Amino acid sequence: MNGRLRRMVALIVKEFVQILRDPSSLLIAFVLPVILLFLYGFGVSLDAREIRMGVAVRDAGEEAAALVAAFRASPYFRTEVARDTRPLEAELLAGRLRGLVVIPQDFSRRMGKGVEPADLQVVADGSETNTANYVQNYAQGVARAWWNQRLRETGHELGGPELVTRIWFNPELKSRNSLLPGALAIIMAIIGTLLTALVVAREWERGTMEALMATPVAIGELVVGKLLPYFVLGMFAMLISVAISVTLFELPFRGSFAALLLSSGAFLLAALGQGLLISSAAKNQFLAAMAALVTGFLPAFLLSGFIFEIASMPPAVRALTHIIPARYLVTNLQTLFLVGDVWSLLLPNVGILLLLAAVLFFLTARKTVKRLR
Amino acid sequence: MKAMADSSLVIENLSYAYGKTLPLALDGLSATIRPGIVTGLVGPDGAGKTTLLRLLTALLLPTAGSIRVFGLDTRDAAEPLHRIIGYMPQKFGLYDDLSVKQNLRLYADMQGLSAPERRLAFARLLTFTGLEPFQERLAGRLSGGMKQKLGLACALIRKPRLLLLDEPSVGVDPVSRRELWRMVGELVDAETAVIWSTAYLDEAEKCREVLLLDGGRLIFSGPPGTLTERVAGRCFQVRGISGNRRRVLARALQQPEVQDGIVQGRDVRIVLRSGQAPPAPMCLDAGESSWLEPVAPRFEDAYVDVLGGGPGGISALASAMAPWAGEREVTVEAAGLTKRFGDFTAVSEIDFSIRRGEIFGLLGPNGAGKSTIFKMLCGLLRPSAGSGRVGGFDLRSSPSQARSCLGYMAQKFSLYSDLSTRQNLEFFSGIYGLSGARRKETVARMIDIFGLRPQLQASAKDLPLGFKQRLALACAVMHEPAVLFLDEPTSGVDPLTRREFWTHINGLVERGVTVLVTTHFMDEAEYCDRIGLIYRGRMIASGPPDELKIQAASAALPDPTLEETFIALLRQWDEGEGAKA
Repeated sequence: MNGRLRRMVALIVKEFVQILRDPSSLLIAFVLPVILLFLYGFGVSLDAREIRMGVAVRDAGEEAAALVAAFRASPYFRTEVARDTRPLEAELLAGRLRGLVVIPQDFSRRMGKGVEPADLQVVADGSETNTANYVQNYAQGVARAWWNQRLRETGHELGGPELVTRIWFNPELKSRNSLLPGALAIIMAIIGTLLTALVVAREWERGTMEALMATPVAIGELVVGKLLPYFVLGMFAMLISVAISVTLFELPFRGSFAALLLSSGAFLLAALGQGLLISSAAKNQFLAAMAALVTGFLPAFLLSGFIFEIASMPPAVRALTHIIPARYLVTNLQTLFLVGDVWSLLLPNVGILLLLAAVLFFLTARKTVKRLR
Repeated sequence: MKAMADSSLVIENLSYAYGKTLPLALDGLSATIRPGIVTGLVGPDGAGKTTLLRLLTALLLPTAGSIRVFGLDTRDAAEPLHRIIGYMPQKFGLYDDLSVKQNLRLYADMQGLSAPERRLAFARLLTFTGLEPFQERLAGRLSGGMKQKLGLACALIRKPRLLLLDEPSVGVDPVSRRELWRMVGELVDAETAVIWSTAYLDEAEKCREVLLLDGGRLIFSGPPGTLTERVAGRCFQVRGISGNRRRVLARALQQPEVQDGIVQGRDVRIVLRSGQAPPAPMCLDAGESSWLEPVAPRFEDAYVDVLGGGPGGISALASAMAPWAGEREVTVEAAGLTKRFGDFTAVSEIDFSIRRGEIFGLLGPNGAGKSTIFKMLCGLLRPSAGSGRVGGFDLRSSPSQARSCLGYMAQKFSLYSDLSTRQNLEFFSGIYGLSGARRKETVARMIDIFGLRPQLQASAKDLPLGFKQRLALACAVMHEPAVLFLDEPTSGVDPLTRREFWTHINGLVERGVTVLVTTHFMDEAEYCDRIGLIYRGRMIASGPPDELKIQAASAALPDPTLEETFIALLRQWDEGEGAKA
């Protein structure tokens, strides 16, 4: 028993020495997460801010001028005003404008008649559907707000119910707040699955696995010798990423530290199990990297609900997401960051992650024997 | 009987196949391996040597038959077996980013050594291997010879009862090879069995017993002397040669009664076919004063004999080339060639020139700088100082013209491992600008000459080493280059394939090709017209092999072999430099 423990400790120490000496694993574990965080923190934003809008004012009246001022004042638009639609259309065609509002010639006249609403034309660049939606909604919003304001000023009562919207959890609707927790899941998937699969494949390539296997070491000890160091490494990278997100990107963190450790620990076990399963089959680094990217990284990216909402996927793909560990982690992290410790949501997800991990370890144990084939 | 079986390794009717549809890698092998001696494991590439060692370590299980190691069946006693074996796989099994000491410590812990045991073992092994001053150095920074010693030390950490060494001496210089042999020799006692797999037949000859495998079958087992007996009386040396030895060899190999031959020092050694009388010296055109002298057979003679004889003296590759009128202009030139990596000088002021029809050999220990010289002359590395010319073109000003007239066979297999043999040939013929009918014809010729037909569809990565090397040579020569650079073309290759390679090289040189070659085989170095000895980035001696031998001769060694010459010159230089420092 003593020998068993000593072998495991020796393997773990060896792995840490290798991690510290090998720039590529440090790069994957610490530099890549930082790059990804910066990318998602600064680079990618799904918010609409300063959408470049053209406003064609074909009407010289007072009302039209007031509406243009309202567009100019909106934080969502950077407005370019012209007398005619043609130059703006050209800009839209060239992709320099995302949308176009046309104020028709008789706008002021019809408004001046009283409360009769006048028509506005909104043109949106449909090649980017997301932005097109924003253009449409925000333009409508600006126009409606201006209209309501004007009614109030002219002493009219607003008719009908008014919608008072309140957005929970992420009141400013910053997409960064929901993206960064997702990026954390990606980072851990990379370390758990890709790095683990790579380092085992490297041992096969360099012939060290063959030499180790001819010693009294048991296969379980070899597995633990890989599992533990990369578990620690993954948790470490996670904590660093959380620290960066909270301090640098001012992400709120409303959950507890314990819940964070529990969720990410359970996920990491599943990711490591996947990495080990890959490495028991793929004995060269190239193959291992490809398998880890396709089964680990890409699903974590595409099918976890991190960027693309699971609810809007076709049923077959939606069903597939149930076996993607990252899905459960993304949900848990978003909850922890934006809502708090909602145990009724967190715990079932942790349970599923542990179950997935157990299945993956079971498969790994069945596939790995102390043989060369 | 039982006691006997438990004190040795018993292999019974052992067969192994890597897959159901694949041919047997080992076929009906039966042998007994005794402790107390070194047993050599020899055979051509792909004969099944590594497979047998892996079966002995229980890392593979027999498809049929059984192995009992000191009474332990590999099928069900892998765990106790792993406590008593030391195994050094081909790549040594070292962690490059761990230090010497960390590697030793890891294997000590794997073998469950207690702290006092470990201290004793470290002290013993570090002195034994001479690695004491390098304890903190990363294994990846060790030279080939030192790596090999560390690999051995790791396998010996708990004194094993069975030591398995898989080609420990491939790519290692003669000095390191000798030390390794000495170390293993010191280790063997009455209880320990050692199996030493090797492509070097001089090593096999030193083993007390050998197992000779060919195509997965055991062809011979017993003392090497017994095998050597079969060629007794058939070995001769052509002495007093006054012409070109390589030409004498080529002519000798064309005689019907001669089955095998090599250049050996100043002479040519030939082995006759069974029951044939020796040819008349004049048929060999070896000069007025030459004569044939019967000599004692060597293991290598018998090895080639039992595997069906050498490849003959005519290179089909060379025969297809245009004859050479015999101009002797300089085609390769290095002047003050220097390469520095940071503050480390890998190659320092190397000068030499090679003429057409000449073989120039670069010899030296691992890490001496030979491959760096090659890479500079190929235009793959930019020299820090000095210049190189190939085929009259300066490597700095017109590297692509210089490259177009040379063929290069790199030390590491550098073909496309996922392309098939045929695809590799076709790809490289395209690279060299062959097209249309000429391309088809060239590819077909290469397939014929190098016997690649049975492996045409196989991926290059799955080829046996000998085939890989043949394919690499084929790709290097298909555009009929005037200059050929060969960086350890025969490393790890069995003697038959090596003979075939040298037949080609000799033939090409006769057609006026210039050859620059590196090798660790001293018998191959004898084929060179001139040798440059590279040590620590400098050329410490150069000249024809015979002159170097004279230079190294001493009272203790009046007539040194080339290997002894090599070792003596290195030592002389070390002493000279040591005195300066």
